[in-house]
Amino acid sequence: MLLSNLPALQVVIPLVAAPVCLLLRNPRHAWAWSTVVSWLVLAMALLLVQRVTAGGTLSYAIGAWATPWGIEYRVDMAGALMALIIAAIGAIVMPYAWRSIQHELHKTHTGLFYTCYLLCLTGLLGIVVTGDVFNLFVFLEISSLSSYVLISLGSTRRALTAAYQYLVMGTIGATFILIGVGLLYMMTGTLNMMDLSQRLPEVADTRTIRVAFAFVTVGVSIKLALFPLHIWLPNAYTFAPSVVSAFIAATATKVGVYVLLRFFFTVFGIRFSFAAMHVGEILMLLAVAAILIASLVAVFQDNVKRMLAYSSVAQIGYIILGISLASTAGVSAGMLHLFNHALIKGALFLAMGCIFLRLGSVELKDMHGLARQMPWTMAAFVVGGLSLVGIPLTAGFISKWYLVSAVLADGYWPLAVLVLVSSLLALMYIWRVVEAAYFNVPGAEMRKVKEAPAVMLIPTWLLIGANLYFGVNASLIAGLAQRGADVLIGQALP
Amino acid sequence: MSPEITVLACIALPLLAPALLTALHRWPNPREAVTLLTSVCLFLLVYSLQDDVLHGARPVIDLVEPLPGLKIGFEVEPLGMLFALLASFLWMVTSVYSIGYMRSHHERRQTSYYSYFAVALGSVMGIAFAGNLFTLFIFYELLTLSTYPLVTHSGDNAAREAGRTYLGYLLGTSVILLLLALIWTWSLTGTLDFRAGGILEGAVTPGTASILLVLFIFGIGKAAVIPFHLWLPAAMVAPTPVSALLHAVAVVKAGVFTVLKVAIYIFGIDFLAEVPATRWLMYVAAATILLAALVALRQDNLKLRLAWSTVSQLSYIVLCALLVTPLGIVGGALHIVMHAFAKITLFFCAGAILVATHKTRISEMNGLGRRMPWTMAAFTVGALSMIGVPPMAGFISKWYILLAAIEVQQMFAVGVIMVGTLLNAAYFLPIVYAAFFRTAESSPEDGNKEAHGEAPLMLLLAITVTATGTVALFFFPDLPLGLALQLAGASE
Repeated sequence: MLLSNLPALQVVIPLVAAPVCLLLRNPRHAWAWSTVVSWLVLAMALLLVQRVTAGGTLSYAIGAWATPWGIEYRVDMAGALMALIIAAIGAIVMPYAWRSIQHELHKTHTGLFYTCYLLCLTGLLGIVVTGDVFNLFVFLEISSLSSYVLISLGSTRRALTAAYQYLVMGTIGATFILIGVGLLYMMTGTLNMMDLSQRLPEVADTRTIRVAFAFVTVGVSIKLALFPLHIWLPNAYTFAPSVVSAFIAATATKVGVYVLLRFFFTVFGIRFSFAAMHVGEILMLLAVAAILIASLVAVFQDNVKRMLAYSSVAQIGYIILGISLASTAGVSAGMLHLFNHALIKGALFLAMGCIFLRLGSVELKDMHGLARQMPWTMAAFVVGGLSLVGIPLTAGFISKWYLVSAVLADGYWPLAVLVLVSSLLALMYIWRVVEAAYFNVPGAEMRKVKEAPAVMLIPTWLLIGANLYFGVNASLIAGLAQRGADVLIGQALP
Repeated sequence: MSPEITVLACIALPLLAPALLTALHRWPNPREAVTLLTSVCLFLLVYSLQDDVLHGARPVIDLVEPLPGLKIGFEVEPLGMLFALLASFLWMVTSVYSIGYMRSHHERRQTSYYSYFAVALGSVMGIAFAGNLFTLFIFYELLTLSTYPLVTHSGDNAAREAGRTYLGYLLGTSVILLLLALIWTWSLTGTLDFRAGGILEGAVTPGTASILLVLFIFGIGKAAVIPFHLWLPAAMVAPTPVSALLHAVAVVKAGVFTVLKVAIYIFGIDFLAEVPATRWLMYVAAATILLAALVALRQDNLKLRLAWSTVSQLSYIVLCALLVTPLGIVGGALHIVMHAFAKITLFFCAGAILVATHKTRISEMNGLGRRMPWTMAAFTVGALSMIGVPPMAGFISKWYILLAAIEVQQMFAVGVIMVGTLLNAAYFLPIVYAAFFRTAESSPEDGNKEAHGEAPLMLLLAITVTATGTVALFFFPDLPLGLALQLAGASE
């Protein structure tokens, strides 16, 4: 009974749990409650992956309304992998959140924070389990609205403008997606993804469908911050509370990529998306621009969180580059990097949170000589940074290996060089932080700075450990990504 | 202990030593004892393998498989055996030297110095015993990262600048060129294993093989082929023992070792002969030999002159690999050992002079031979070996290199080696001459410094061992020669 309802419970439990946080007046209780819930969600996500691995794609009819009339939840390997990423990051940041939120948020806002966090988790998980495009839009809105609030909770007033900017951009994106979905519904009379994929080929050669495709692509591209639609992202990541930066950087944009994959491969089909609409060429161009330009911009940032934010834009470029190849190797490289980048950026932003807690700043000039005061935090940053660069034995190396071999397999060797050159740019911006923290002479007030508390260091090092583990033993996750890509591309081919 | 376990122990021992060193950071004497003990144990472990390897055993051990088809695994073969023996023996000597040097120099952060040194040696063992190119690459990168804190040990601005150059060149070449070559080779052949006769023959056209060879030779930045050589002079800001063991032996030899491995086991020397780029890269190596020697001639800082000399000498070994004959492989393998003994002696002397006199410039070293006769005698031995004068070790490797060049009728290479030898003499002999036959111009302000004599005992001990080794290897070259000949036999 419980097991057969798993896809629904994955979403319903955090949704129901969210308002409870608002009722719990004591911040400690709200934190404990949402921690328990997020670990429960992780357990369910693990179960989900296990069931999908064993029994193939799960289909679940909400309220027992038969598809395609009712809403279908459909979990395949790609969706299950995404659910696992979201749930794992959510569960790891929650123990960390207590001290960080206590420090950065006003006491009256804490309940609100945990409510919005659980709602955001609900939305993100909903997106990856649903098989209905309108339902997908609804969950996208739930996650977006709650993340606007989460970002606006940042400790400086600039968080408000950052959240507002994101709100405007995000709403444009959501509206575009809604217009696209509406046009699809107009032409086919269905909202179910599988149903859509069967009916679309008949009407594919119409201007309406092409317009719908364009609206959806641009709308989702805003959500996933594809260059040049990324302008909301650096501010949002920089001014959000540290926990939110880590959580959103590791999950929200990744879910955007997932939505793009769903529309391209499942709904519209690989033939329409890549052969008829030539989206592969466009995405490849934008990905290259993202990788190069955002990496270069990151080199010149003095605020480390902003540096990491630009680096995220570049890393999304890597993922999109893999997808733009439209080959199994390319898509699985993209999905693998989706997972690995979540680990890397999650860890790096958590390290930044530790620094912000003790220093009250993440500006490079304030971090001079920090390594002597916070050796564990800085060591975590160095290892995470090396993973970002893609040094062997880290997760980042595995993604790079797959991506470069996928690119080489299609004969795009200049792109392979580009990917490798940009990892050198990553080394440059990471090393600016390392030099500031390890080589510069600390100021007088630096003596008072202490190492971050264990409750924050342990989650950070857990993610760092995951980076190392998945750098040595990548077969498992590479296998999952491979199967996810097989499902996506296999569905698309008749 | 079975050979497989010994191989793992050789890699694990130095990698785990830092835990103990850190635990003992308050007690310098036990800490130094741990360093010495680790290095002695490592050498004994490595030495226990050589007999089996000489008799044809090839211990193989596979650990994990991070990606399907890509293993982290080890295999001991003659060239790796030779390299591991060399590095572990010289680590023992350098440890003695380090203790004397670091203490008399009152260096800070000595615990982290010894720890990173041990990790670097662990990486060298990993490189030496790597069973495939993937494993080798992992330890190659680990070696770069673990030596970065050693290069930047002093922590000042000069060190930071040098550290940037060091990391930029080494990681840049390996990440962009070498990694590309690795992934490309893997996608073409489906394996990165080291196999006798190579893996590329039959899988690629000579044109593609040319591009791959260029990527490999330049991608292995540690071999310091022009134009990717500037990191080596930059690394000289490190404490002298680091320059001596890592930047004259372990790191740079890891580079040329990788070049030889790629030539023998990835391309296979028969296939390498058919690759058009081989000839062109030979000219690049020749140019490196001559240009670096010319630059060395103009250096007044002793360590920098030695560094440029190393750049020049490394390309002898690259040249050997590109001569595509078994004799060349013998010459290259021997030159790894012979050059190491001579160059480490020279660096030890430079460090001893620095400790005793605080002098770094050659122009200040007139008459030094009278105050530091022992050091300067050792320096003379090293210099003569570099030139290739018998009875020094350098003569043997140069002999084989010349034989190889004559065998393949590369009179061009013979000429380059001859001119290189003359340049060697031109930049080393004046130092020896000035030290013994010129008198120091004593200026009034350094009257109090005149009191200096020989360097501390531990330094002299290390210098004596390596200088003796340089001579002894001329008379008893059996072990390195045996391994090198076996290697050449395997590569035929």
